[in-house]
Amino acid sequence: MASGVKPRVKAPKKAAAGEIVTIKTLISHKMESGQRKDGDGNPIPRSIINRFTCDFDGMNVIDVEMAPAISTNPYFQFDAMIPGAGDMVFTWYDDDGDVYSTTKSIAIG
Amino acid sequence: MEFSRRDTLVLGLGAAVATVLPFRAFAAADEAIAAFTGGAEMGTAGITLTAPEIAENGNTVPISVSAAGAASIIVLASGNPTPEVATFNFGELAGSQDAATRMRLAGTQDVIAIAKMADGSFVKASSTVKVTIGGCGG
Repeated sequence: MASGVKPRVKAPKKAAAGEIVTIKTLISHKMESGQRKDGDGNPIPRSIINRFTCDFDGMNVIDVEMAPAISTNPYFQFDAMIPGAGDMVFTWYDDDGDVYSTTKSIAIG
Repeated sequence: MEFSRRDTLVLGLGAAVATVLPFRAFAAADEAIAAFTGGAEMGTAGITLTAPEIAENGNTVPISVSAAGAASIIVLASGNPTPEVATFNFGELAGSQDAATRMRLAGTQDVIAIAKMADGSFVKASSTVKVTIGGCGG
């Protein structure tokens, strides 16, 4: 599943120092659970994103381990404390070894 | 409609079976819980699991967990083929120990959330979700 994976992140462009902001993330991925069967009755192999991390300037915000029970197009909402201006890096790890990443810059103001 | 003695017996038996059945699915979930807690005692205060009472589509069931002061929270679905759903590990910049996601549920079952607190204790919350259409394919 290297094609058609598109991460989307909703984060504020500006925050006050020390403010707690809510981050929403979504990544398009079929999250094949490994439980389904195709038309011929053969099981479809598992192919999911198994880990998601969010870091701000090298400091961890949240690290999620995911199982096949997470829905298609995994969505996460969580809160982050913004100590100062910097870059928020979001990373998703696929079963097939691919890593998808996106960055949002947050300014103080 | 009047109940005969036989009807009442059958009804009672049916109810008894219905109560016992869900517990058979708990074995896998119990193992997952033991792996996370190491068999420690679990309290019930300080954790909130928000899940819908009825989910029409088991493919995307929105849930959220919250436990102030938790180091990590594990979410389990006791009736799924694999009970593990997700483990949220909160880092030093987590604004709150609060997270929301969407999960799959194979059928009507209990969703369980267990938080590991910073002091090493565990708290647990669970919620029953009725699922109209299961979300695990077939």
